[in-house]
This record gives sequence, structure tokens and C-alpha cells, in this order.
Amino acid sequence: MSSPQLPLSVRLDRFQRRFAPYLFVSPFFILFAIFGLFPTLFSIYLSFQAWNPVQGLGTMRFVGVENFAFLLEDPWFWQALGNTFWIAVVSGLPQHLVAIPLAFALVMGVRSLRHPLTAAYFLPFITSAVAVSIVFITIFGTHFGVLNQLIGVLANWPLTAWLFEGIRDQLPINWLGRAPYIKPAISILVFWQFFGFNVVLYSAALMTIPREYYEAAAVDGANLPQRFFYITLPLLRPMIFFAVTLTIIGNLQLFDQPFLLTGGTGGSGQAGLTVAMYLYRTGFEWLDMGTAAAMSWLLFLVIGTATFIHFKFFGRGGLETRE
Amino acid sequence: MQATIPASTTEVRSKRQSRFNGRLTKGLLYLLLIAVALVTLFPFYWMFVSATHTQSDIFSAPPPLWLGDALERNYGSLLERIPFWRNLWNSVYVAVIATVTTLFFCSLGGFGFAMYQFRYKNLLFGLLVITLMIPGLLNIIPYFLIIQFLGWLNQPIALWFPGMASAFGIFLMRQYIASSISRDLMDAARIDGATEFRIYRSIVVPLIKPALGTLGLLTFIGSWNSFMGPLVVLRSREAFTLPLALRTLEGQIQADWGAIMLGTALAVLPLLIIFVFASRQVIEGLTAGSIKG
Repeated sequence: MSSPQLPLSVRLDRFQRRFAPYLFVSPFFILFAIFGLFPTLFSIYLSFQAWNPVQGLGTMRFVGVENFAFLLEDPWFWQALGNTFWIAVVSGLPQHLVAIPLAFALVMGVRSLRHPLTAAYFLPFITSAVAVSIVFITIFGTHFGVLNQLIGVLANWPLTAWLFEGIRDQLPINWLGRAPYIKPAISILVFWQFFGFNVVLYSAALMTIPREYYEAAAVDGANLPQRFFYITLPLLRPMIFFAVTLTIIGNLQLFDQPFLLTGGTGGSGQAGLTVAMYLYRTGFEWLDMGTAAAMSWLLFLVIGTATFIHFKFFGRGGLETRE
Repeated sequence: MQATIPASTTEVRSKRQSRFNGRLTKGLLYLLLIAVALVTLFPFYWMFVSATHTQSDIFSAPPPLWLGDALERNYGSLLERIPFWRNLWNSVYVAVIATVTTLFFCSLGGFGFAMYQFRYKNLLFGLLVITLMIPGLLNIIPYFLIIQFLGWLNQPIALWFPGMASAFGIFLMRQYIASSISRDLMDAARIDGATEFRIYRSIVVPLIKPALGTLGLLTFIGSWNSFMGPLVVLRSREAFTLPLALRTLEGQIQADWGAIMLGTALAVLPLLIIFVFASRQVIEGLTAGSIKG
């Protein structure tokens, strides 16, 4: 063993020991290079070209910033961007406004049923967007949809009639057919599918708040709302920040639900057309890959800007400096 | 002491009062939480109920709220419209292969990052974490072009191959392995002559089964539900996974909503069964992954 020339088996052993970790982590980097890095670089290149993929790579033509210029003057793009933000806010904000009190109630008040209830709220999140969209298409049905029937009952019930004063004469509502109702319908579905995920996030954060804080506050005579506003909310702020970030990034890329609820078209007057859908239609239906690639970069820019603004105002640099 | 006697009777009374109040709030709280759960679950209930009704029953007033007798009819109509079992098989095939390959490559990668010191390790890991933040949509067009270039259009490999060493999975595995495997154990195995891969196979894999279970569930669910990827690369009815098949069903001009709801219910059922048995693991995995990420 102590001979200067090491036997082959020992040298082999040293070799495998040295290179094993590189080998272990390499699959990610190889796949990322092929399916992540290269395509990303290629799509930058593509965004300056006019190209129909059916006609082969040879037909690619350099057009400079024409794709970007076109999109910035394209009313459909701006409308899609407006729709995307509308749905992002209307479906996203209530998710958090509902999820935080629900998580608070779950963690503070309920012990035995906590897990089954959480699981019930969470279930839509793991269900396929296609399945839930199909189910909601029937629920949103105009003449005999469950939602319209429910609204019809509530609008004529003395106790709740006042709530539906404004829309009673609109009944039955054509949720997915008439432009003003498409975005609300999409938002209802998105809210329903994702609020449970936020409940789970907030519950996890609430569990980490020591019970002693609440006990100390109770001794000092703080009631439940006071405890919620003066202990829970401030301590929950990092999680709120994180969860809202996820909502922004996810909602600005919304595709499945609006695509399925509007039959892939965006609905009447493109009222339900999101940027992600417009991108898909441009690239894969109208086969204008250059414009679609440009749009994906514009959307990336929008998501980046929105996230940046969120970080700026609500991140460590914003609210936290007050402490 | 004596002076506090009158005070204590009111104290008792107020305590009883507050206990009653506490119970009342608790009761109301339960009621509210359960009501929200029922509203959340209603669409699932509605899906199963509608699967057993004809189209005209589904859209009737009042809506059917209990199982009907059109299950067989809907099933026949479903099979006439799409190759349902073929589509289900495609979904199972892609999800199983995606899960097995993801578990292998992600645990191996996570092991590499967790237990070894090597050059550029921190740089490489930082790169991996950064890729987690790239919005998925940015890649959809280049993804399609690469798949087309490789000649994988319409083939299941297009769906599981690109994601089998996912950054998310490696990250999840690294966290778990770093906290559950000891370096001493690895050294002991080395003295016994085990190669590094043998250490992975015989020591690491058995010890990280819970994490493998979680990642496996998440991968399976993600693959099962995936819509945009298949939409872009699959072309023929026979190659469709379930979500795509359901979508064509819904897009037919003479749509049969009884059959559509049955197909949807059957597509959701496997995940529902998994969730009933492993909800804790799924919920914890999904949130732990995103909290740490």
C-alpha cells in the first residue's frame, strides 16, 4: 500500500471521489443549459425577428425593434395588460384579506378541526385548472347555472334582497358571454382556487408566533381584535410580503383559467384576454413567433417592475425602516 | 383578604360571563369556518353529482343536488367522444416517469450540494436558486422550438424530460439531506470501500424517504395537472393527456355536459384519493418549499 506508484484501484477510487459531486449536480446544469439558458437567449434574438415557424428557420428576418414598437401601439396588448392587472388585483387582494383572518381563526380558535378545515381550503389549489374551469363553466351557466339560481333566490329573499338591489334587473347574468362579467367570473374562480394556499402560508407563519405574546396581551386587557391588530398583523408582515409577492408573480402570468373560461378566445370584446393568453395566441395560433417572444420579454419587464415596486414600498427598505 | 370577597363574587360572575362569551365566539367561529369549507368544497360535490346527471338535468331549476341515474349513459357518451382511457394512460405514464426521474436526479443533485465541498459550489447553487425566480411563461416559446427541433412534438418525453432535474426539487432535497445525513456515516462507508454513488444509494436514499415522498407527491400532482406545456407540444387526440382531452370535450359544438362532468370527475378522482391519504405531506411540502424558496 505504501508503494510510490498507487495501484489502479486506489487511483480510480480517488478519481470517483473527486468527481462524484460534479457528476451529481451536473444533470440540472445540463438540462438548464438546453431547456433554460439557450432558449432564453434564443428568445431575445427571436424578439428582433419576424418569423413563422411553419416556414422553417431560413425565413427568419431581422426587423429590429419593430416587434416591440408594434406591441406598444397595439390596443389589444394594452387591453390585455389592463385585463391582467384587473384580474390580478380583484382576485388577488381578497385572497389575502380573507386568508389572514381565516388563518388567525384556525390557529387561535380551532384545534380539533384545524387540519380537515385547512385541507378543505387547500383542495382547489391542487386540482387541475382545466377541471375546476370546466366545473365553473357549469356553475356560471346563464339560464340554469347554480350561481345565477343562488343569486336569484337571495335577491328575492327579504333579508338579503337589499344586497342585490343593483343587479336584480340584470338577471340572469351571462357571466362568460357578456364583456362586463367575464373578468369578475375569472376572478371568482382564481380567488376560489388560490385563497386556501394563502391560508396555509399564513397559518404556518402564525404558528411561529409564541403564545406568550397573546397571553401577555390578554393579561393587559387586550381583546381579540386588539390582539389581532397589534400583535398578529405586525408579526405577520414578512409573510404577507412574501405571499403577496407570490400572488403578483403568479397572477400576472395567469393563463389556464381565463383561457379555459373563454374557450381560448379571450371572450367577447377580449374582455378576458390576459397577456399570457395573447402571447400564446400570437405565437401558436397566428404563428408570429417574433412578436410573441417580444411580448414575453415585455411581460417579464412588467412582472419585474411590479415586483420591484412591491419590494420598494413593502419590503425591508419600505415599511421595515420604521421599526 | 376579607375585603376582596365582594370583588371575587363579581369576578366569578364575570368569569362565567366571559366563559359563556368565549364559548359563543368559539361556536360562531366554528360555524363560519365550516361554512367557508362547505362553500369551497361545493364545486367538487357539484362535479360528482353532475357526473351522474344528463345535460338537461344539470341545467335545470332547481339544480340537482343528489346523485342521478345517468352515470352509464354519460360514460358511453364520454367514450364516444374522446379516447378517455388512452388519455388517462398518457397522464399516468407521463406523471410516473416524471416522478421517478425527478426523484432520482433531484435527490442526487441535492445530495451533491448538501454533503460535498467542491470548487464553485456556492456559485453553482446561487445560479440554481436564481433560476427558481425566472417566470415560467418566459420560456414557453423557446421550449416549443427546442422540442420541435429535437423532434419530440406529440411525444410524452417532451413533457417529462426537460423538468426532471428541477431547481425546486434539488433545493428541497438539499435542505432535507443537509439536516438528516451525517458526514461521519459517509466516512464510515468510505472506509468500508463504498463508492460515492454507493453511499448515495445505500445510505442517503433510505434515510430521506419522507422527503422523497413529499417531492414525489408534488411532482406527480404538478405533472397530472399540467396544461400549458401539453397544450403547446401535443397535437393528436391519442397523445393528449387528460387536461387536454377534457378541454377538447368542452370545446365540441355539440358538447355533452353530463359526459364532460364525468370525465372531469374521473380525472380529479386520483388526486382526490391521494390528497385524502397524504394531505398533510402535500400541504407541508408545497408550503415548506415556497417558504424556504
